[in-house]
Amino acid sequence: MQVMYFAWVRERIGLPREVVETSASTVAQLVDELRAREARYEAAFEDVTALRVALDQELADFDASLEGVQEVAFFPPMTGG
Amino acid sequence: MIRVQAMPFDPGGELNTFSQGVAGAGAIVSFTGVVRDVTGGLSGMEIEHYPGMTEKALGAIRGEAMQRWDLAEAMVIHRFGRLDVGEVIMMVATASKHRKDAFEAAEFLMDYLKSRAPFWKKEVTLEGSSWVASRDEDEEALGRW
Repeated sequence: MQVMYFAWVRERIGLPREVVETSASTVAQLVDELRAREARYEAAFEDVTALRVALDQELADFDASLEGVQEVAFFPPMTGG
Repeated sequence: MIRVQAMPFDPGGELNTFSQGVAGAGAIVSFTGVVRDVTGGLSGMEIEHYPGMTEKALGAIRGEAMQRWDLAEAMVIHRFGRLDVGEVIMMVATASKHRKDAFEAAEFLMDYLKSRAPFWKKEVTLEGSSWVASRDEDEEALGRW
């Protein structure tokens, strides 16, 4: 699946998007897999309460299922307006 | 109407065009957000967004406003990219037969697009740049709707 990062999550990980092969069935499991990869992922996902997630461009929860999802995005709380 | 763009725009001209398109609506409310230098030393702002989701989220927020209030039209224009101090970031406008609907819907649009549309602001100063933190008040503001 396509995984995207925005704002300081993108900066910490060092890339805006990547294709991730995963068997994770929930967002939380995907986060655990990513955190285990490298220090820069650990730094980005250190505190998931400071993060938001969107599944196929809709806001979702970290316990949401990834079944059928093609695009996952992680980012800090939004600051528009 | 929803527009997400890097290009500067003229809020006065946009409001005139909007107003002409809603002949018969007696109440038009608009809000314009401008880059301000809160602490001194700000040289500008960089706004990142999530192309695709941004348009969807703004469309959904506008759609909800159109349903909840008696509106003839509602418009959101939001910029992204590099902006200097004093530049217009975004505007919303609402048109209705009734003043109360126009005001309330404009506030609703503002509250929701602040924390439910995927934009992230970064303040740029001579010393460096830092991401603007979200504020609890912005999240709490959603509770009143």
